[in-house]
Amino acid sequence: MQDFSYLSAAGKERGALIKGLQMVQEKEGYISDAAISAVASHFALSEAEVEGVVSFYAQFKRNKPGKHQIAVCDGTACHIKGSTLIQEWISAETGIKAGETDADGFFSLSTVACLGCCSLAPVMSINGKVYGKLDRKALISILKNLRKNG
Amino acid sequence: MIKTIKIGTASCGLAAGAGELLEILRKEAGDIPVLEVGCIGHCYAEPLLELVTDSGSVFYSNVKADEKSIRSVLSLAPEGRFSIPEKRSSKEMLKVTRLAGKIDPVSYDAYKAEGGFSALEKALAMSSDALVDEIKKSGLRGRGGGGFPTGNKWQFLAAKKADQKILICNADEGDPGAFMDRSLMESVPYQVLEGMLIGAHATGATKLFIYCRAEYPLAIRNLKLAIKELEKRGITTIGNRKVEVIIKEGAGAFVCGEETSMIASLEGRRGTPRFRPPFPTDSGYMGYPTAINNVETFGNIPLIVREGAAAFASVGTEKSKGTKIFALAGDIKCPGLAEVPMGITLAEIVYDIGGAEPGTVKAVQTGGPSGGCIPADKFNTPVDYDSLNALGAIMGSGGLIVIGQNRCMVEAARYFLDFTHRESCGKCTFCRVGTKRMFETLERITKGDGLETDVPFLEDLGKKIKKGSLCGLGQTAPNPVLATIRYFKNEYDAHVKEKKCPALECGPLVDVAIDKSNCIKCKLCIKNCPVGAVSDSFVIDNSKCTRCNSCIEVCPKKTISRVEKGSGYSAVSGQL
Ligand SMILES: Cc1cc2nc3c(=O)[nH]c(=O)nc-3n(C[C@H](O)[C@H](O)[C@H](O)COP(=O)(O)O)c2cc1C
Ligand code: FES
Repeated sequence: MQDFSYLSAAGKERGALIKGLQMVQEKEGYISDAAISAVASHFALSEAEVEGVVSFYAQFKRNKPGKHQIAVCDGTACHIKGSTLIQEWISAETGIKAGETDADGFFSLSTVACLGCCSLAPVMSINGKVYGKLDRKALISILKNLRKNG
Repeated sequence: MIKTIKIGTASCGLAAGAGELLEILRKEAGDIPVLEVGCIGHCYAEPLLELVTDSGSVFYSNVKADEKSIRSVLSLAPEGRFSIPEKRSSKEMLKVTRLAGKIDPVSYDAYKAEGGFSALEKALAMSSDALVDEIKKSGLRGRGGGGFPTGNKWQFLAAKKADQKILICNADEGDPGAFMDRSLMESVPYQVLEGMLIGAHATGATKLFIYCRAEYPLAIRNLKLAIKELEKRGITTIGNRKVEVIIKEGAGAFVCGEETSMIASLEGRRGTPRFRPPFPTDSGYMGYPTAINNVETFGNIPLIVREGAAAFASVGTEKSKGTKIFALAGDIKCPGLAEVPMGITLAEIVYDIGGAEPGTVKAVQTGGPSGGCIPADKFNTPVDYDSLNALGAIMGSGGLIVIGQNRCMVEAARYFLDFTHRESCGKCTFCRVGTKRMFETLERITKGDGLETDVPFLEDLGKKIKKGSLCGLGQTAPNPVLATIRYFKNEYDAHVKEKKCPALECGPLVDVAIDKSNCIKCKLCIKNCPVGAVSDSFVIDNSKCTRCNSCIEVCPKKTISRVEKGSGYSAVSGQL
């Protein structure tokens, strides 16, 4: 049995449901079926209601992400500056598409609407660290370095 | 003599490498204090250092994170110095962003030393009525996009009798491509909070929420530190009321920027909008009277109180007062933030401030997915709420994306509908199904399968979606399509009738070819093609090619390019 007792820090109010889910995702990396049950019983809601909130918000992941979570920005500025190609190049390099995790759980790929660093477009973030002014060369060297260093 | 070194470590600075730079700088600087500051708006110059010396400040831009570059900066070398282009500084008017990038964002003392909290003090000495009146007189209109007069909104809330009243700061900044609010929260969190506390006094609000998008961790961190400090100092007590200030993180839903959706989200529910009335000021968060204002709106409040409504209203146009912060991005030389007086022209923003070469720009997109594009030949339009509306665009929250001549407007419209159809919460049929149909139609057009009836269909459906949607998302979602059809009908025609993309951007409508006259046979294209489309004799087979541009990027002689469909080789249809 997984331990979700840290949820108590969120309090029991309905208004803290999203906060609770964010705590789970921060700890576990994603929202598992077990987490849905635990959150539902903590807030005294049905599992369906929790699932409904989880599926509404893009931030919540239902699948286990990789060790290195790549988020490619596809906001307007990044799109104009070629984020579609950035995604293709990452896919070619890692073999995964947006929403997927690779077989050894090393990389996972998602897209995000805007990281607020539009002036450095195109950008991506890996585990929260933002990389700006990407081109194919820079991108591939970042991914290769991560592979090398494990 | 260098007295202090300031380094911009807002998100934009960090993304450009300020973190690595800071580490080495701390080692090399010895006894000279190194101060982390926010963003001064010149994001294109990041990482940016300001060296404060006895004889004024010296700036260095694009500083590399290595010892050699840093030593050169520390010796005040003439190389790499940065100065704000005169053309730009003469157009800007730094009011709300005056302290951004100049002070330590999380230092209460630093903000206080620059006149911070003098406005709150002045406000607390005024009656709530007089304060609301002052904001009304200033003419301040909401900076979140709607442009509703802030003083009136505050008056509605102030007039309510209730044991709890709620004031929310909308920090969702959902327009992808906008970053004014992020920068304010990261660089001057105390200023936003001061504005909110003044609002609490004016309206009698007892609880203050900041609903900030989760993609802004640094903004959330700085605000949290600032709130703690204010609580410790008892500054969150207004009169004899202790006001609670709570940060809530969004979870990645564009529609949550809409007021009633945001309230639902704060209550822990799916963020779907509801019918109005009742308006939030009558029944909002948990049924309590609630008012919502944007980050930049709150950022303007201390300025108005400090300098007076008349001084504020002396800047701007008749119906749009004060300054506006724009986030410039896209195809320009100097992307970043610019604060300008209302009424300045788009040409001044794009060319003088953004540094774009006239002739290279096709259009700008304002208001993001809810807005519209404005073609370059209309750039003499003054930037204010009403003039932009007249062009079928909107002021929006301040995101301004410059679109270069080499971009495809149909693809831009497809992109926006891809965004809105996914972000539609699904409550209204016209928005849920209608935006999906518009997206599919645009997708078809950009693939070269467009029908003659598609453009009229888009126009007709667009109008119906606007009428049949409950909230601003659906009411504005068709705008980018309608505006591009209005100004760039020729591009739609080229896609639909000739199956051509004039900008060579839409993959299925282009070929890729090598100009063999300059080819040096280095084979990099062959090695880097992920699908093996380049032959040993340097011919690209366009029936295999995925248009991923890898070969174009790696070619050292730039001999590979996108060409019109049919002018490249294809193993299926033969060579032309
Ligand atoms: C779909 C949608 C998204 C919105 N997103 C934002 C946003 O991200 N930030 C914002 O300040 N206002 C946003 N708004 C506008 C707000 O609903 C609201 O008008 C604004 O926060 C009011 O503050 P103001 O009067 O200070 O501008 C959005 C509106 C709609 C319909
Ligand atoms: S559009 Fe990519 S960071 Fe804003």
